[in-house]
Amino acid sequence: MKVLNIISCGYRATLEEQDDTIVWITHAIRGAGADIDILLRGPATNYVATGQKVSPISIGGREQKHAPDIYGQVASLAGKEAKIFVAAEDMDSRGLKREDCLPAAQPIRTDDLPTLIRGYDAVWHW
Amino acid sequence: METISTLTFALMDAPFEASRTTTVLRLIDSALDKGCNINVFAYEGAVYLPFALQEPHANAVHGHDVDEEDHPLPREWIAALIDKAEGKGLTLKWVNCGLCVDERGAHQAIAGVERGSPADFWKMSVGSNNTLVVGTN
Repeated sequence: MKVLNIISCGYRATLEEQDDTIVWITHAIRGAGADIDILLRGPATNYVATGQKVSPISIGGREQKHAPDIYGQVASLAGKEAKIFVAAEDMDSRGLKREDCLPAAQPIRTDDLPTLIRGYDAVWHW
Repeated sequence: METISTLTFALMDAPFEASRTTTVLRLIDSALDKGCNINVFAYEGAVYLPFALQEPHANAVHGHDVDEEDHPLPREWIAALIDKAEGKGLTLKWVNCGLCVDERGAHQAIAGVERGSPADFWKMSVGSNNTLVVGTN
């Protein structure tokens, strides 16, 4: 079964979870043998932007040293041969240039989504 | 011989936060009426849906004591769905994401709830006629 995970909600609880939970579950499911790719849209489009960094935070006296690395999390997924699609119009509206993004990211325009989706057995929109 | 369909649902919302949860539980109820076996994978805040320590409360704003208020509890709805499935000779398999349980301390779940992982979600999906993911925002 070939699955496309669509991720719209960006940076949801990433400081608490130390990752994006849907990118995380995509890694976990691929580890279980799934053939699964992702499509980033909306705020999650920014996951492929290079140069992003989360500095360690301190709340009260508790310092959190291990910060999330969402770009690295997505890049690692691409390294496992998952395809990383990104909504092209959402890149445009955020001023994200192709050259400033993860090289493996594949921009896809809304008009091309039906063709893309036809290539999958299931589409899960998180 | 009629084939029994199996449907899988993945939920993310914590209880008392989103109407999506009630809608999904109603969909599951309807699917049981249609003779479907059901799998549920509760991810992140949804692991608190079957939390055993949920308690009803009175509501002074409504002018109701605890009995009059009859406050709905997701754990009771889930228990009722599990009972309904059993009564129909169907299965309702509810799997809580184990790591999500640990980080929330949500270990005390009602009877019938299992601990699992995303691999279980994948297996359930592969073995189902269809899967509905209900994410959170």
